[in-house]
Amino acid sequence: MEFVIGKYNFWVYIVLMMIGFYAMIAKRNLVKKLVGMNIFQTAIILFFVSIASKKGGATIPILQKGMTINPSQYMNPLPHVLMLTAIVVMVSTFGVALALIMMIYKKYGTLEEDEILEIERNRK
Amino acid sequence: MIKDFDNIIIKTVCRILTPFLQIFAFYVIAHGHYSPGGGFQGGCILGASFILLVIAHDINTVKKRMSEKLNTFLCSIGVMIYAGIGLLCLMLGANYLDYGILHTILPVDAVKARAMGTLGIEIGVGLTVMSVMVSIFLNIASGGKHEEGAPE
Amino acid sequence: MKVFALMAVIITGAALIYSTFGMPDWGDADSPANTHVSPRYIEKSIEETATPNIVTSVLADYRGYDTLGETTVIFTAGIVCMLLLRNKKDD
Repeated sequence: MEFVIGKYNFWVYIVLMMIGFYAMIAKRNLVKKLVGMNIFQTAIILFFVSIASKKGGATIPILQKGMTINPSQYMNPLPHVLMLTAIVVMVSTFGVALALIMMIYKKYGTLEEDEILEIERNRK
Repeated sequence: MIKDFDNIIIKTVCRILTPFLQIFAFYVIAHGHYSPGGGFQGGCILGASFILLVIAHDINTVKKRMSEKLNTFLCSIGVMIYAGIGLLCLMLGANYLDYGILHTILPVDAVKARAMGTLGIEIGVGLTVMSVMVSIFLNIASGGKHEEGAPE
Repeated sequence: MKVFALMAVIITGAALIYSTFGMPDWGDADSPANTHVSPRYIEKSIEETATPNIVTSVLADYRGYDTLGETTVIFTAGIVCMLLLRNKKDD
């Protein structure tokens, strides 16, 4: 039981990540693939933020005035910083991917992968 | 982006809300040293205020306040502020992005000068994030045309 | 085809769940991630950078070069969106 309580947060993120992974490899629609990629990235961000937490009354990593600084009192700031930048990269990749998808739709008139491949095969 | 969308309540509320959103965004950028916040978050709020205007009114309202030329200019000036502060440190004789040396030109000591350099680059990051958010939204929502009507 | 995808997902998920058996517990203050370099940041942030928010001081000061690359990434993304989609007049 202690084992489950200690580890269940990782299992939740793995389930979330696998939902995104399945959407990325099994779905045929390009927008659905993109949504799967976003779920995948969200799972990774949650995983990193959960690594940073410390049990026993640790607060957010903002130092308070007039208190002696004790590292076990504040959460680990490093994963928060890394994920702050990861979120920005996530937004950028999402924007660029949406722009590419719009160009694909303008050229082929569809977003289904099979139909695009079919059009390409017929052109040859 | 929908053309026949005319609701006076939504339009009035968004017009009143937008300045407060922008003030809050500047607060988040400038107060990032002492509370949760910083350049990325404040820039996102600042961009969201313009996106709210596009959704509630129409695209011409935003183009009047923030033209495409100004938007692209701010987008690159943010990165330039960041790299420029780094180069300034280099010219004053320290390493690249080592803000401690800024105390020779600012009226503060070396430790406070680091906080000042941090504030400068947060402003640059905020400008870039704001204009990139607005630019990506306008380009995708209007299909690259920057005018009313659904993209084909 | 969907069966293969489901099998790949289940195998990957099982491998990842097996790997969590070696991870430290949730909220463990003595885990390697919490003891390696972050206590240094927490202790020295205020005397070296005069910034109480450690996330800001690490983001912009200790790892400023990283954030410069980050800003360049979103700048590039904005320019790429503009180049891909923007057309002034109907061609």
